[in-house]
Amino acid sequence: MKLNRRGFIQGTVATAAALSSPMVLAGGHGKPKVVVIGGGAGGATVARYLAKDSKGAIDVTLIEPTRTYYTCFFSNLYIGGFRDFASIGHTYGKLASEYGINIVHDWAIGVDRDAKTVSLAGGHVLPYDALVISPGIDFVEDSVPGWDISAQNAMPHAYKAGSQTQLLKAQIEAMPEGGTYAMIAPPNPYRCPPGPYERVSMVAYLLKQINPSAKILIFDPKIKFSKQGLFEEGWNKYYSGMIERVDPDFGGANVEVRPDSMELVVDGEVQKVDVCNVIPAQKAGQIAHIAGITDDKGWAPVYAHDMRSKLDDNIYVLGDSSAQGDMPKSGFSANSQAKVCAMAIRAALTGSAKFKAKFSNTCWSLIGKDDGVKVGAAYEATDEKIAKTSGFISQTGEDAALRKQTYEESIGWYEGITADMFG
Amino acid sequence: MLDACIKCNISFRRGVFEIFTWEGKIVRNLILMSILSALLILGWQISVRAGEEIEKGAKVFRTCMSCHMVGEGARNKTGPHLNGLFGRPAGSVEGFKYSEAMKRAGAGGLVWDIEHINWFIENPKSLVSGTRMIFRGIKNPEDRANLMAFLRQFSDNPRDIPEAEPTKAPSDPDVHPSILAIKGDKAYGEYLSGECITCHQIDGSVDGIPSITGWLEEDFVTALHAYKNDHRPHEVMRMIAKRLSDEEIAALAAYFAEQ
Repeated sequence: MKLNRRGFIQGTVATAAALSSPMVLAGGHGKPKVVVIGGGAGGATVARYLAKDSKGAIDVTLIEPTRTYYTCFFSNLYIGGFRDFASIGHTYGKLASEYGINIVHDWAIGVDRDAKTVSLAGGHVLPYDALVISPGIDFVEDSVPGWDISAQNAMPHAYKAGSQTQLLKAQIEAMPEGGTYAMIAPPNPYRCPPGPYERVSMVAYLLKQINPSAKILIFDPKIKFSKQGLFEEGWNKYYSGMIERVDPDFGGANVEVRPDSMELVVDGEVQKVDVCNVIPAQKAGQIAHIAGITDDKGWAPVYAHDMRSKLDDNIYVLGDSSAQGDMPKSGFSANSQAKVCAMAIRAALTGSAKFKAKFSNTCWSLIGKDDGVKVGAAYEATDEKIAKTSGFISQTGEDAALRKQTYEESIGWYEGITADMFG
Repeated sequence: MLDACIKCNISFRRGVFEIFTWEGKIVRNLILMSILSALLILGWQISVRAGEEIEKGAKVFRTCMSCHMVGEGARNKTGPHLNGLFGRPAGSVEGFKYSEAMKRAGAGGLVWDIEHINWFIENPKSLVSGTRMIFRGIKNPEDRANLMAFLRQFSDNPRDIPEAEPTKAPSDPDVHPSILAIKGDKAYGEYLSGECITCHQIDGSVDGIPSITGWLEEDFVTALHAYKNDHRPHEVMRMIAKRLSDEEIAALAAYFAEQ
């Protein structure tokens, strides 16, 4: 993914004149073209809705390097043994055959915002009238001293699902009796706020069965975390004595890793571990940086009404990469934003009706067998940001029947959202 | 006062119902019973009225009898027995195989108080969408009130029944006819549906989350307003429904009715 950004971006911000009027067709021929980079919850959804709702009036191309997309959501359940790996894998066949989307399995490596083209690693150049960038996350270099992408085999992040997830599970299963699994948790903001803690729950569930004397250490740079009360209640109930969390007061934010010797240095003290799951600090996917639409915090600022980039009127950014306001970085959020965005792009390119933006999110987490919890909120678009209007969270002390139903509901949601993404 | 009357007459009334169930001599016995009740208490006018309601309710109950039993010896049939119905959590009769939806409603806090019984028998699907109870519902509020007057005899401690007017039921559902009359904009409904089908599958599949396709528009509107007004328990749905306007609910109903 390394390339010369300036080589591709010859102009700077698009001229204001092009902004307000409906977009002009690329090259003045054929149907309006939308190129979507990234085939996850944001990209696959926006591509499908554009193709479906425009009924062929928009030419949609989806660029996604993987042939089989493994969802990050529910990948923790695979680690815990509640899903098999194949069940979180999805292909793009239906998007091509039933929706007529041009699926290109390649890496987008450049965006020329003046010429309105995207260049691919394979050498092709695709013109667009509107570009949607939905690449998920990338990791901030050097955010965990001693770790970089070359160390991800020794110390997996497993925070982009796929081979990393399988690797992490295999390493946990191979731990010596009474061994130690360590997690370096990420600082805010990051993908899926409850994700690391659901992962700890699932690792504990697995270890409880195969290696009950094993230990789990969490090194956390945050004082508080998502659904904390619910997770801690569950950890005490199911995995008592197994999980220890080191918060910033005790060195949780001051950790260096040594992948070669499988050591951690916490506040200067060396500690040997058997598995080290490093989840680094995060930023927008690299292509958003290459396109030059990110801010100094590393995310791509967008307008709340349509997810349009604040730095380029022909580019929209969805999901984890976007800086939109109050929504958490989640698959549900990306899917929700994608539908608002598809409606807005359609309105801009074909003059279809434009309705008020509505967003919502719910995050389910599994703590133990049949013990699901959820947190969610509704949002609206303001001139400033996507703003939270109301929300809810599962309560501690809920009975087992309700928790089981919450878990079952999450399975229903998984079926629903993946059908909404992949058709 | 009336409460006392109810308590002292429960066994007696159950006896009457046994006759109704097994010998079919309902009318005469219920009238007799009503007279006896009236004599036993001071407010006998009220009691006669209650007696009339019970009598009428017993007739309404005939509609239910192919699936439900009530009274001494009642057992589960196609539907659960209805003894002790008032104040009972939904989906809680032992040994009865409920739909997932009814179990979920019970776990989510649905209790059969007068308001919710009234709601359910008016339109079962509008309160518990996935219920297996195949019944269009009783539209006449008086019939429902009478049926509840009849059924409440078989609950020892009927909860949430005001003492003075034991069978008074709210006329209906906070869904005003003018709301039901709104014609939904399908195109808008299609856009709004995006929010629904993240969880509810558009092809009608059910995997832990109920299907919302192919509903009668009226049922759909009633159900969403029930969430909006906190009559139905489910936090996600309450949150979603509260931010939908009457027109938006109608739009969704119009769209999903045709899916």
